[in-house]
Amino acid sequence: MKPLDPRLLGYAQATRAYLAATVVLGFGHAALLIAQAVLLAGAITAVFLNGAAITAVEASGLPVLVALALVVAARSAVAWLQEVAAARSAAAVKSQLRSRLLTHIAARGPAGGRPAGEIAALAGGGLDALDAYFARYLPQLLLAVLVPGLLLARLLPADLVATVTIAVTLPLIPVFMALVGMHTEAQNRRQFRLLARLSHHFLDVVAGLPTLKLFGRARAQAGIIRRISDDQRRHTMRTLRTAFLSSLVLELLATLSVALVAVGVGLRLVHGDLDLATALLVLILAPEAYRPLREVGANYHASAEGLAAAEEVFTILETPPPVAGTVPPRDGDIVFENVEVRFPGRAGAALRLDATIRPGEVVALTGPSGCGKSTALAVLLGFVTASSGLVRVDGVPLEDLDLAAWRRRIAWVPQRPHLFASSVYENIALTGNADGPEVVAAARAAGADVFVQELPEAYGTVLGDAGAGLSAGQRQRIALARAFLRDAPIVLLDEPTANLDGATAAGVMDAIRRLAHGRTVIIAAHRPELIALADREIRLTAELVPA
Amino acid sequence: MTAAAATDRSAPGAGRGFSLYPLLKPAAGRLGLAVLAGSGAAGAAVALTAVSAWLISRAALHPPVLHLMVAIVAVRACGLSRGVLRYLERLFGHDAAFRILADVRVRLFERLERLAPAGLADFRRADLARRLASDVGAVLDLVTRVLLPYAVAAVVGLASVLVVGALAPAAGLVLAAALLVAAVGVPVLQRAAARRADGRLAPLRAELSTGVVDLVHGLPDLLAYGATRDRLDRLAVVDARLTAASRRSAATAGLGAAVTVLVTGVSVLAGLIAGAYAVRSGTLRGELLALVVLTPLAVFEIAGPLPAAAQHYAAARASLHRLAEIWTAPDPLHSPRLAPTAVSTAPRQRSEPAGQNGQHTRLAPTDVSTAPRQRSEPAGQNDPHTRLAPTDVSTGLRQRPEPAGQNDRHAGPAGVPELRVEGVTAGWVAGRTAVGGFDLVLPAGSRVALTGPSGSGKSTVAALLVRFLDPWAGRVTMDGVDLRDVPADEVRAVVGYLPEDAYLFDTTIGANLRIARPDATDGQLREVLRAARLLEWVTTLPDGLDTLVGEHGMALSGGQRRRLALARLLLTDARVLILDEPTEHLDEATAVALTRDLLAAAGERTVLLITHPTDLDECLTRVPVTAVRRGPGRPAE
Repeated sequence: MKPLDPRLLGYAQATRAYLAATVVLGFGHAALLIAQAVLLAGAITAVFLNGAAITAVEASGLPVLVALALVVAARSAVAWLQEVAAARSAAAVKSQLRSRLLTHIAARGPAGGRPAGEIAALAGGGLDALDAYFARYLPQLLLAVLVPGLLLARLLPADLVATVTIAVTLPLIPVFMALVGMHTEAQNRRQFRLLARLSHHFLDVVAGLPTLKLFGRARAQAGIIRRISDDQRRHTMRTLRTAFLSSLVLELLATLSVALVAVGVGLRLVHGDLDLATALLVLILAPEAYRPLREVGANYHASAEGLAAAEEVFTILETPPPVAGTVPPRDGDIVFENVEVRFPGRAGAALRLDATIRPGEVVALTGPSGCGKSTALAVLLGFVTASSGLVRVDGVPLEDLDLAAWRRRIAWVPQRPHLFASSVYENIALTGNADGPEVVAAARAAGADVFVQELPEAYGTVLGDAGAGLSAGQRQRIALARAFLRDAPIVLLDEPTANLDGATAAGVMDAIRRLAHGRTVIIAAHRPELIALADREIRLTAELVPA
Repeated sequence: MTAAAATDRSAPGAGRGFSLYPLLKPAAGRLGLAVLAGSGAAGAAVALTAVSAWLISRAALHPPVLHLMVAIVAVRACGLSRGVLRYLERLFGHDAAFRILADVRVRLFERLERLAPAGLADFRRADLARRLASDVGAVLDLVTRVLLPYAVAAVVGLASVLVVGALAPAAGLVLAAALLVAAVGVPVLQRAAARRADGRLAPLRAELSTGVVDLVHGLPDLLAYGATRDRLDRLAVVDARLTAASRRSAATAGLGAAVTVLVTGVSVLAGLIAGAYAVRSGTLRGELLALVVLTPLAVFEIAGPLPAAAQHYAAARASLHRLAEIWTAPDPLHSPRLAPTAVSTAPRQRSEPAGQNGQHTRLAPTDVSTAPRQRSEPAGQNDPHTRLAPTDVSTGLRQRPEPAGQNDRHAGPAGVPELRVEGVTAGWVAGRTAVGGFDLVLPAGSRVALTGPSGSGKSTVAALLVRFLDPWAGRVTMDGVDLRDVPADEVRAVVGYLPEDAYLFDTTIGANLRIARPDATDGQLREVLRAARLLEWVTTLPDGLDTLVGEHGMALSGGQRRRLALARLLLTDARVLILDEPTEHLDEATAVALTRDLLAAAGERTVLLITHPTDLDECLTRVPVTAVRRGPGRPAE
C-alpha cells in the first residue's frame, strides 16, 4: 500500500493544507529537539565534570535553565498545533469524502448498488478510521523523513561513527517493514471486507429478528454470531501475527541500534576519543532519530484501516455514473420498441414489451406476477436500462433525454414505497418546495388524511425507521399522497390498491380517476376493478426461457 | 467481585449498564500475560536509557573497560528484549480483546432477541445495527488502547519513580507528580471538555448513519421525485454539524498533547535542578546525574500516550452507555409465571408434566410431537414421521387429507388447539391502543377470516396470538391455558404466522426456507415451493434453490417474495396458520388458486386469514368462512 494515496489529495483538498502545515511544524519539532539535547548535554557535563552550580551554567548568553524552559514551552506549543491541525483536517477530509461518496451514489442510481449496510459502515465508522491516519500516521511519516535528516546533520560533525551507525540502520527499517507490509496488505483488505460483511450480516439478522423469532431460530442466531465472531478473531489474529512482525522488526532494529550506539559511544569515551557533552548529545538524540519511524509502525495498522476505507470510497467514485442525455422531454407517444430486459444471473427476460402509449391514455399493464410489470415502470424511470430495444418519448430515445427533467414529469407510486425517518409531512413532501395546505390536500386525496390526523402529532409525527408504526396500506397511501402532490403529466402506479381494503380502495380509485384526468397513466394492475379503470390493457407475457 | 458478576448475570435488564469485570473475566489469564509482557517491554526501554546514561557518565571517568562490562551487557539485553516482549504483549492483548468482543456481541444479541419486535419500536433499525457493529467494537478499544497501556504505565511508572526518587528524592517526587498529571490530570481535564463533544458527536453520527441508510434504501423514491438533492443537502447539514463538532473537540485533543510535552519537560528540568544540587551537596554521585535527568524522558515515552488512551476510554464509555440503553429497555412480554429459566436453557424439559396445571400438560404432548426441536434428534432424519408437515402439505395439495388413517396423522385433530381472544386490549407503544375489547374464537380446524380496514389492528391480533405482545387487559388462551403461562417459543411452534412484512434474508432461496426447518431436504423444499405455486419459477432459475434473493429479497418480485415467505411457513409444523394477505402482489388468477390450495392443504390445521373484504368476495367464497370478526372498538382510527 502506498503510504500516501495521491487520490486522497485529489478527492480531499483539505489534505494539502494539512501536509504543508505538518512540514513546517515538523521542522520546528526537529530544531527544538536538537536545542533541548544540546542544552541538556551541556548542563549535565558542566555540573558533573566541571562541578559548576546549575544556576551558573549559561548557554548562548541565557541561563541554561531559562533556555531549557523556553524550549520546553515551544515544544509544547508545536505539539498542540500539530494535534489541532490533524483533528481539524481529518474532520474536513472525512466530510469531503463522505459528501462526494453520497453524491456519487445518488447520481449512479439504484442499479448495481452495494448493500446499504456496507455503504453506511463506510460513510460512518469506516471513514472515522482516517482520524488515526491523519493524527498519527501522516505527520509521523513526514517526521520520519525530516527528523532523522536534521538530527544526522547535527550529529555528523560531532561523532562520525554514531552518525554512520544510525544512517545505516535507519533505512533498514522501512525496507523490512515494506517486506512485511507487502505480505499483510492483502490480509488487511480482507479484514476490512470481513468487518463490512459482519456489519451487513448484523443489519440483516436484526432487521429479520421478528421473522427469526416466529420460527424459533433467533436463539440459534446467537450461536451463529458467536461462531462468526470467533472466526473473525481467528482470522484477525492470523493477520496480526504477521502484521505485528513488522513492528517487531522495527522495535528490534531501533532499540538494538540505540543500544549499540550507546555502548560504542561509551567505549570511545573510555579511550578518550570523545568528550562527555558529545556523547550525551548522541545518547539523547539517537532514540529520537528512530522515534518517528517507530510511531509510524505503531500506527500502521490503524492507518491501514483508514487507507483501506479511503480506497473503498475511491473504488466507488471511480465507477462512472451513467451519462445522462440533454434533450428536454416533450409530450408525446411513449413507445416501447421491442424492449427486452435481462438481469444477470437470471434465466429468461424480466420484461418483453412492444407497445405505444399515447398522451392522456390510461393503460393497465397486466399479466401474471413476475412478468415484468414493475420492470417496465423501472425502465421508464431510468432505473433499469433495456438490454435490447429502445424506449422513445416523442421520438427521442430515453437515454438522450435530460433524465432529471424527464423524471420531473413523472409521479410514481412504487409497490414498496420507502418511508424516511422523518415527519409524515416530510415523507409526503420529500422536497422543501411544497407548502402545508398542498400536502394536506394531497394526503386527503390519497385517503391518508384520516389516519394521519389520528397519529400523536398528526403530520408532525416522526416515523420510525422504514416507516415503523404504519401498516402497509397506510404506507401505500403516503406514497399515493406523494403522487397527488407531484401533479405530473405522467403517472406510474405499481399496484396502488394492493394493500387497501374495499372501502379505501374504492376511495383511492375515485382519486386515481380524478388524477388520471388529462394525464398519461400507466398502472401495473391485477385487480379487475383497477384494470376496468384503464382505457386499454397491455398484457405482458415475458415467457421464461430456461437457460 | 463475584457478587457483582452474579448480579449482572441474573438481572441484565435491571442493571445500570455493563459492569466491566464480568466482561473481562473470561479472558483474565491472557490479559495478565499481556500486562506482564508489556511491563517487561516498557521496563526494558526505560532501563536502556537509564543504564546507558550511567554507562556513558562512568566512561567519561576513563575506568578500565572491564568495569563497564555488566552495564554493556545490560544495555544490549534491553535492546534485544524490548521488541520481543512488545510483540507478545500485543498478541496476548488483542486475542483477549477479541474474545471479550465476541462475548459482548452475543450477549447483546440475546438481549435484542428478547426485545424484538415490540420492545424495539423506539429504536431505529440502522441505529441498532450501528450499536451492534460499532459500539460493540468499542470494547476492543477499551482493552487494547485503554486497559493495557494504563496497566503497563502504572507498573513501569511506579518502578521508575522509586529508582529516581531513591537517587534524588525531589526529582522522584516531581516525576511522580508529572506522571499523575499525564495519566490522570490531563484525561480528567480532557474529559470534562470532551464529554460534551462526545455526547454531541455520537448522536450526530447516529443521525448521519440513519440518514445514509435512508438515502440508499429510499434512492428510487428520491430519484423519481427529484428529492435526492434535498436529501443530500439535509445530510450535508448533519455532516457539517458533525464536522464542526469534531473540529471543536480538536482543540482539547491538542491540549492533552501539549500538557504532556510540558510535564515531560518539567520533570526533566526538575531532574536537572534536583540532581545538580544533590551532586553539589555530595548526596548524589556525579556519574548518576545523567540517569536522573534522562530517565524521565524514557518514562514519558511510555506515559505519553495515556491521555490518548483516556480519550479512547471516553468514546468507549459513550458506546457502552448506548449499549446499556438496550440492556435496560423494558421487557415487552410479561415474565412467564412458570419457571422461565428452565425453558430458555433446556427447551426439551417441556415434555415433563408441568404438574401444576392439568391444561398445560394437555397442551404439552401436541407441542412436542410437532415442535421443531424434534428435528435436532439424530434419528429424525430417517424417520418418516418427523417429515410430518411437508408430507401433509403435499398430500393435501392433491386431495383433501382424510381425517384419520394415515400413519402421519398422529398429530391429528387433537394436536390442533383452540385459541381464544377474550376481551383483549393491547398496543405496541404505551398510550397507543391498537385493539380494544376484542374477542375472537378459533376452534380447532376452523377457517376464519379476519377483516377490517388497514390500521384497525388486525396485525396486532396476530401479534397477540404468537405472543409478540401480551394484552394490557383481557387474555389470550390456547386450549384454555393463558398464553402468558406458555413460553413464547412454544406458542410459536404451534401458531405459525406470515406477517405482512415477512422478512427475507440476504442469502439463497434454500437458506431462507431452511430457517423454518434447518434439516429439510431439497425435496421437502420443493414440496412447499409447489404448495406456494413457486416451484415452476424456481426450476427455471439457473441456480435453482441456490439463487440469492438479494438484500431484503429485493431481487425477487413482490409476489415472489410473498410466496417464498409463505412456503417457508408451510415448512414448519405449526398447527395454526395466521396468514396476513398471503396473496398480496399476485394476479387475480394466481391469488384465487393459491388461496384454494392453501385452505385445502391446511387439512386439520386452523387457518386465520387476514384479508380485505374484496379478496373475500372474489377468492374465499368457495371455502366455508365460519366467522368474520372485527374489533368492536377501533381506538387506533
